[in-house]
Amino acid sequence: MKHTISMTINGESVTAEVDSRLLLVHFIRENLDLTGTHIGCDTSNCGACTILLNGQSIKSCTYLAVRADGAEITTIEGLSAEGTNHPIQQAFHDQHGLHCGFCTPGMIMRTVDLLKNNPKPTEEEIRWGISGNLCRCTGYNNIVKSVKQAAEEMQKESESV
Amino acid sequence: MFKCKTSPEVGGMGHSVKRKEDARFLHGKGNYVDDVKLPGQLTMVMVRSPYAYAKIKSINKDKALAIPGVLAVITGYDLKEYGLHWMPTLLSDTQMVLPTDTVMHQSQEVCAVIATDRYIAVDGAEAVEVDYEPMKAIVDPYKALDEDAPLLRPDKEGQKDNHIYHWERGDKAKTDEVIAKADVVVKERIYLPRIHVASIETCGCVASYDKDTEKLLVYLTTQAPHAIRTVVALVAGHVGLSEEKIRIIAPDIGGGFGGKVPVYPSYVVAIAATFLIGKPVKWIEDRSENLVNGFARDYHMDCELAATKDGKIQAFKVSTLADHGYTDSSANPSKYPTGMFSICTGSYDYEHAYAELDAVYTNKSPGGVAYRCSFRVTEAVHAIERMVDKLAAEIGKDPAQLRFENFIKKEQFPYSSPLGWSYDSGDYKATLEKAMEMVGYDDYKKEQAEKRAEGKLMGIGICTFTEVVGAGPSKDFDILGIAMFDSAEIRVHPTGKALARFGTKSQGQGHETTYAQILAEELGIPYTDIEIDEGDTDTAPYGLGTYASRSTPTAGAAAAIAARKLRDKGKKIAAHLLEVSEEDIEWEVGKYFVKGAPEKSKTIQDVAFAAYTNIPPGMEPGFEATHYYDPPNLTFPNGAYICVVEVEKETGSIDVKRFVAIDDCGNIINPMIVEGQVHGGLTQGIAPAMYEGIEYDDEGNVLNGTLMDYLVPTAVESPHWETGHTITPSPHHPLGAKGVAESPTVGAPPAIANAIIDALSPLGIKHLDIPITPAKVWEAIQAHS
Repeated sequence: MKHTISMTINGESVTAEVDSRLLLVHFIRENLDLTGTHIGCDTSNCGACTILLNGQSIKSCTYLAVRADGAEITTIEGLSAEGTNHPIQQAFHDQHGLHCGFCTPGMIMRTVDLLKNNPKPTEEEIRWGISGNLCRCTGYNNIVKSVKQAAEEMQKESESV
Repeated sequence: MFKCKTSPEVGGMGHSVKRKEDARFLHGKGNYVDDVKLPGQLTMVMVRSPYAYAKIKSINKDKALAIPGVLAVITGYDLKEYGLHWMPTLLSDTQMVLPTDTVMHQSQEVCAVIATDRYIAVDGAEAVEVDYEPMKAIVDPYKALDEDAPLLRPDKEGQKDNHIYHWERGDKAKTDEVIAKADVVVKERIYLPRIHVASIETCGCVASYDKDTEKLLVYLTTQAPHAIRTVVALVAGHVGLSEEKIRIIAPDIGGGFGGKVPVYPSYVVAIAATFLIGKPVKWIEDRSENLVNGFARDYHMDCELAATKDGKIQAFKVSTLADHGYTDSSANPSKYPTGMFSICTGSYDYEHAYAELDAVYTNKSPGGVAYRCSFRVTEAVHAIERMVDKLAAEIGKDPAQLRFENFIKKEQFPYSSPLGWSYDSGDYKATLEKAMEMVGYDDYKKEQAEKRAEGKLMGIGICTFTEVVGAGPSKDFDILGIAMFDSAEIRVHPTGKALARFGTKSQGQGHETTYAQILAEELGIPYTDIEIDEGDTDTAPYGLGTYASRSTPTAGAAAAIAARKLRDKGKKIAAHLLEVSEEDIEWEVGKYFVKGAPEKSKTIQDVAFAAYTNIPPGMEPGFEATHYYDPPNLTFPNGAYICVVEVEKETGSIDVKRFVAIDDCGNIINPMIVEGQVHGGLTQGIAPAMYEGIEYDDEGNVLNGTLMDYLVPTAVESPHWETGHTITPSPHHPLGAKGVAESPTVGAPPAIANAIIDALSPLGIKHLDIPITPAKVWEAIQAHS
């Protein structure tokens, strides 16, 4: 069965006709060609597909596209203006928080939500906060450092406003 | 210690410059195989066997083909018409591409459904009706050798039982004699469980055959694109695929770890499908397919270590049973069916050793990949490092002290090991001393004594490993006869910027940065001015790829030597520009100058420009160089790892309090990247030590084939890693480098196992196989109290 859905993705309005069973991650990747959101498992364990839906991080591999009707979505492609880095992207670069890059978009989108809810996380809070996202390359040390740096930078930014 | 020769702006060796490849990954612009979308592209989904061992009585495609959008169902019989239903493995065995009559393991490919999109292809796969007649599977490799065990491979001529091969190294008689006479002999059967690399990106491909041009283009998750091209040409040459018409592109790879070296049946089916249908065909493995197919380790090792009563090691013997599943598809060098397992004598100086191995068929998936280790080094190191600790416990000696008393000494290098390796360099004593100092070993020993007095379980575990990486010298190392050299091709443009291409392929190791740094070191061109390109067989020079920590030892060396060829040419150009003879020109990083008159100089950029604009008479124009590097020896990185754990008696839960890793990988190109590689490898070391292991029931069903129950560590399970280095350059590598990324995966499991077993030792527990889970610990505690 087909449904017409509309949503805002990275600030742009999108309307499309989709099957009931189409997963949001496939809608994003296949229909919209936003391939920065990845698929790493079938059980919502790895978090490579993490995006922001109405400001909250969700795993788009276990979310139907029809359920996102009317939502506001941000994917990795929409996190910063082209040629610029969000403080989290900058921090992952500075702290060597990525190797192969496959988990990175999900990890970054999760971090956006984590820092929104907890702007000054402890190391333990960071580790639990990203524990829904798997990374097989980095051993997490430098991801934790990246999140710490991003928290500090974003704190400075919000204080200077 | 290593002293940087270049400024941070030039960014040669020793500088922790930020990675050049990051930007695309940070912005979601990486290009992984599943991101490739070709016009008219179809999707392939595999139908897989629910049984571990069964006859296929029939496959009915009708219902699948009736679904709108399903274009084809390909079976083994369809491939048989082209002689493509079986393929050779790298070690002279055979593997089914698709079966005609029998399935040999659960989740084996049965047939392929090709459809216009993935959803329809999955519908089609569910609609295919396969009639199976299940048979009694062989799951236990020991039972595979029973006299009444059914013959699993009657298809192989002359195959009388389920034994694949016997391998041995060393002097058995002498080793047995020394063991028989020794004061102390410790014995243990050690099992390294079947595990999976579980890279976050699974495997996949997009195959596209153009019937007009007869060209085959394959985007592939591969660590070795050039070797794959040759394999495809050899396997499918008879149907008209000729090597010059085959282009393999390894795009961005989402983690490899050895799991993306083999040729998987689905790749071949996708190629066959595009060849038959004439449209691009994409196949992307799902996670369960990924976890259940392919494996690493699965060695059962009977170890004996003999020593004098005061702990001088005299001999080591290890007899291994290797479970290869239904075919030996290990991606090893041809002459090394057991990989580098004979490094099992370790970091210790003794004369006598013997290693033997018997490989058997079972009804499990094939694989035997070198998971972040240089072909079975992890197994070898676990064996010797557990046994050394067992010896220490047996004679009541501190395991650090026992190691110090047995280490190969710095002045003994190059050291000929009892099983035939020539270790290049090392300072094992210094490395362990550094680790002990960094962790605070003596303080922990005191704390442990206090805790034990209170009845608490605390353990300290050491591993002092020696690796063997960088395969390898062509006299010994080949894959399908192709020598395991690797290559670099440098083009310096007229403006002094450069493009360099390599036969290797990064899967996250940061080649785009480190190779640029090697060239910056050798040429003085800033690393930011050098683009690195790999993975496209139409453009990159031939090489054997990235695995076995071989990129720096082989392609890194090729880069240095190609750059030195350029420097030699540049010297002639500089002499021409400065109007002096070549003998009067000297080089310092980035410029040529006149001996005794350093103010008269030309930069490398001046020289590059002249190579295109002001060419000395008689000289070939251009500023390019290529080198194919055949290493004279392997490199032997080493390390000392120390782990401190506390175990809760009531629950068996294990808390890793500290983990210190001191690595000696020779000279370091980018310390930031090396540290990152060590962190990642350590987490892939704690994974099998405490969490991971593919489990089968008696019928050959995989019990944990999803990430729900195959426990890849998260940031919570992964401890805060502490790292450091000693530096003993490799004497034979042009940069003195050795390769690093596999050391932590090799070194961490025994350090963790030794720590946990040390914690449990007051209860009389002397050995546990990994993964050492709380449940396993709890059961052991119950059994010993």
